[in-house]
Amino acid sequence: MTDLTKLGAAELAAKIHAREVTSVEVTTAHLDRIGEVDGAVHAFLHVDADGALAAARAVDGDIAEGRQPASPLAGVPLALKDVLTTEGVPTTCGSRTLENWLPPYDATVTRRLREAGVVILGKTNMDEFAMGSSTENSAYGPTRNPWDRERIPGGSGGGSSASLAAFEAPLAIGTDTGGSIRQPASVTGTVGVKPTYGGVSRYGLVAFSSSLDQAGPCARSVADAALLHEVIAGHDPMDSTSINAPVPPVVAAAREGALGDLKGVRVGVVKEFAGEGYQPGVLRSFEAAVAQLRDLGAEVVEVSCPNFTYAMPAYYLIAPSECSSNLARFDAMRYGLRVADDGGHSAEEVMSLTREAGFGPEVKRRIMLGTYALSSGYYDAYYGSAQKVRTLITRDFAAAFEQVDVLVSPTTPTTAFKIGERVDDPLAMYLADLCTIPSNLAGNAAMSVPSGLSDEDGLPVGLQIMAPALADDRMYKVGAAYEVARGPVLDRIPELKGVSA
Amino acid sequence: MSNISRTEVAHLAKLARMAVTEEELDVFAGQLDQILEAVAKVGEIAEADIPPTSHAVPLTNVFREDVVRQGLSQQQALAAAPAAEEGRFRVPRILGEEQ
Amino acid sequence: MATSVAELMDYDEVIERFDPVLGLEVHVELSTNTKMFCGCANLFGGEPNTHVCPTCLGLPGSLPVVNGKAVESAIRIGLALNCEIAEWCRFARKNYFYPDMPKNFQTSQYDEPIAFDGHLDVILDDGEVVRVDIERAHMEEDTGKSLHVGGATGRIHGAEHSLLDYNRAGVPLIEIVTKPITGMGERAPEVARAYVAALRDLLRAMDVSDVRMDQGSLRCDANVSLMPKGTSEFGTRTETKNVNSLRSVERAVRYEMTRQAAILAGGGSITQETRHFQESDGSTSSGRTKETAEDYRYFPEPDLVPIAPSREWVEELRATLPELPWERRKRIQAEWNLTDEELRDLVNTGAADLVAATVDAGAEPGEARSWWVQYLTQQANTREVELADLAITPAQVARIIALVKSGELTNKLAREVVSGVLEGEGEPDEVVDKRGLKVVSDDSALLTAVDEALAAQPDVAEKIRGGKVQAAGAIVGAVMKATKGQADAKRVRELILERVGA
Repeated sequence: MTDLTKLGAAELAAKIHAREVTSVEVTTAHLDRIGEVDGAVHAFLHVDADGALAAARAVDGDIAEGRQPASPLAGVPLALKDVLTTEGVPTTCGSRTLENWLPPYDATVTRRLREAGVVILGKTNMDEFAMGSSTENSAYGPTRNPWDRERIPGGSGGGSSASLAAFEAPLAIGTDTGGSIRQPASVTGTVGVKPTYGGVSRYGLVAFSSSLDQAGPCARSVADAALLHEVIAGHDPMDSTSINAPVPPVVAAAREGALGDLKGVRVGVVKEFAGEGYQPGVLRSFEAAVAQLRDLGAEVVEVSCPNFTYAMPAYYLIAPSECSSNLARFDAMRYGLRVADDGGHSAEEVMSLTREAGFGPEVKRRIMLGTYALSSGYYDAYYGSAQKVRTLITRDFAAAFEQVDVLVSPTTPTTAFKIGERVDDPLAMYLADLCTIPSNLAGNAAMSVPSGLSDEDGLPVGLQIMAPALADDRMYKVGAAYEVARGPVLDRIPELKGVSA
Repeated sequence: MSNISRTEVAHLAKLARMAVTEEELDVFAGQLDQILEAVAKVGEIAEADIPPTSHAVPLTNVFREDVVRQGLSQQQALAAAPAAEEGRFRVPRILGEEQ
Repeated sequence: MATSVAELMDYDEVIERFDPVLGLEVHVELSTNTKMFCGCANLFGGEPNTHVCPTCLGLPGSLPVVNGKAVESAIRIGLALNCEIAEWCRFARKNYFYPDMPKNFQTSQYDEPIAFDGHLDVILDDGEVVRVDIERAHMEEDTGKSLHVGGATGRIHGAEHSLLDYNRAGVPLIEIVTKPITGMGERAPEVARAYVAALRDLLRAMDVSDVRMDQGSLRCDANVSLMPKGTSEFGTRTETKNVNSLRSVERAVRYEMTRQAAILAGGGSITQETRHFQESDGSTSSGRTKETAEDYRYFPEPDLVPIAPSREWVEELRATLPELPWERRKRIQAEWNLTDEELRDLVNTGAADLVAATVDAGAEPGEARSWWVQYLTQQANTREVELADLAITPAQVARIIALVKSGELTNKLAREVVSGVLEGEGEPDEVVDKRGLKVVSDDSALLTAVDEALAAQPDVAEKIRGGKVQAAGAIVGAVMKATKGQADAKRVRELILERVGA
């Protein structure tokens, strides 16, 4: 039998639905793989073997009885970022404060996955409350990049990206506030998609920055990501910001793109995303990718988005401001960690002591930054100005999308950096999201597709493709075409086998 | 425009209900100063006539029907509580006043 | 805990030396089926933490969705208060930590209220109409409730721990804020009460809230400051929180005026603070001062999208407004042909609805009004209940009036029937039967009594025979006594005169 963990989601689904293999076998293979390598990778915070096998058995039962599979991905395993609630299954958000929390409800994404027969293997590691670009801010220890275990797998969704690169799961769910799906995808040689804001319900996604957060699919191919996208996307009345419109036809677009013809597609290269701070090997990989798009028939032009350079400062005001409010609920009163409840301390003191004990340094830093930015006297200069920048960035996108169908850039300025390298330098860490942040601020769709390995360090590089809001299908078409032309990247990853010993 | 002092950091920590340590005050004062200096850049282009954007997607009037929906049982509601008593969340004595 | 008793200035002196400025903030819980941002039942009371869900418990990952009906109510309230309705507005987060607030921010409206710039005309006891300008009416959510255990019962001070119930968390609230009310002089406390009463009647007529001050579905915060006579700059104000009856509103304002005046006259200054009203002695005590007040860090609520009520929708809602209390008053005055004074009594006793219902049940307006405004109001006062809560229905009152009209009851007997109904003895006819209250109209029975009375007082009988008809009163009295008041006095007199042949 072929190694089931090396297969993509679509192939696995086809085999399961054709009864060549059972979902239980596929699930078991992945659970075994997790058992084998996760000690070295630490992609998972919690593995729900019983739940996964039960879900797999249910799918197998349906198929055995001749019922139509619940979805094109029924029976396929998936790794779920630990920021989405799962009823009765631990949801920690990588934080000490939620160490033992068992949510009483499923996130809408979780529910849709279950209803689609997708098998949830467990919950993946992440920077605490999704704040970070390296997964080093997890209270439960960092995740390691399967390409080089001395390096970061990106963040905040490093657990999800690493689980794909380590063949622990063929699919994963990430969330992207400033690049937390795309940057990890980029540095692990996997595909990560941030759908249009409002495309996927945020109900049950533990909020970091409500106006920026968006859950999305992670996979090892554009086609697999598209299949997962269609499972999780769509209007949800439980989320006021959910868009009440049909899901863009991303699966069809990916199939069309895979035919390898991009004639008539106008691609814009964002001028501002190059130069100082960009690793030469990353830029060379990007240029090669642009050349390949041209070879596929796309019309490539350079476009300028002058305000994009202000995106990062705006982001580091808006996201911390919203997070300072969103994380206020972690106060030791109703759930989560409580310390110093010894009869001597008041509720107020217990709140302060618990929040001090329960949050890591990055979370505290951002809460204080956001508290400052919203304070009377500073609001206009900081939060208010950042919201204006947001308007300007949206206008830059609108102007650019008048000229081109999609925009492209490197996903992140460098390949995976070493664990520990940027921990003490927040600003250096924040640079990892330089190219991904504008799409969060404007709410449009964006994805990262591997563009090969950097010639200087042999580590993966990502190509970012950005599309207008609600035109997610456009980037799937371009991404799929490019992916086929470029050829596989992940098959060059060093073998992890035996590392757990 | 920044230069955030230790006292200001202490005030922020108080507003944010975090009992930060003396050592943290020093570290955060330095780091916040650095970050604020970098983000203050937004002021360069935030002209008065530019409208602020609070939401990424311009939706309006999203309402729910006034129909009761099954919630949680008392047991479910209290299941994660650090302490509970008489069907209620038990918390340490509250010093401040309601607002 | 010992608190020093505040010095108070004589009220007349306060008025001589200062002009009061009021600002009233009223919180109204809407009587929607569900909460403001989630589908949990909006019910008063209930087992603790049984009307809760991830959203109103503020669980991680939960999100709010606006109750359309609550927005509708907010717009209707705005329209009834003659407000402008915003073309576009948002919710904001008001950030502060408090254990009864699950998210540690309150979803409210900040600088973009749904309704603004309105007014409410308020009738004072003497019929004078005062226009109170409305600054804004905005939507927000209520908090949970905390129970303080140990120490003095239910009090926050000295408590050992607290217990939290979130059934009320997320209940829709409309906060209605007046502009500063000036120039009221000695009537300021009365204006405050009359305003809250007028608002309560309006909201009741609109059927948007239970408006029960005793249950907290209508709560009033009163801001009071004083300006020395002849000046026009507002003084430092205090905000007295959660004043929970109409009478308390009046008392709290009056108390603050006398307290602040004494401080100012003594050369002191007023501390800007919240104060708490003590129901027991009508005083207020110091709460949180402005110095320790929070910086609320308001910002637009990212989890909710803006509300942009179309003008068509607003007009549709305007068309659903019921007849408002002041319109109704005008109509009633015309229909029932009331003097201003009669109308005022009707309004002040809160009897208008009851009278109208009694008229609908067949009674004549004058009779219905006189029963409710006079005798039944007295009964309500004696029993210390609201007139509307008296255990008698308009239909019952109408039946009693009909019995009087047909001569089956005298007015005196009718009052006894009312007592019987109030005592729970059943419908008026049952009370008549049980208590044997029918007018004695059988002439033969009456004649026997008349003859006996005449025989007992021959001298009086002689006087009547001699032309002193007014002397018959003594015989009437004796007959009434003998029949235990169940005879028709007029008929008795006729029979006496017949008998003596006068």
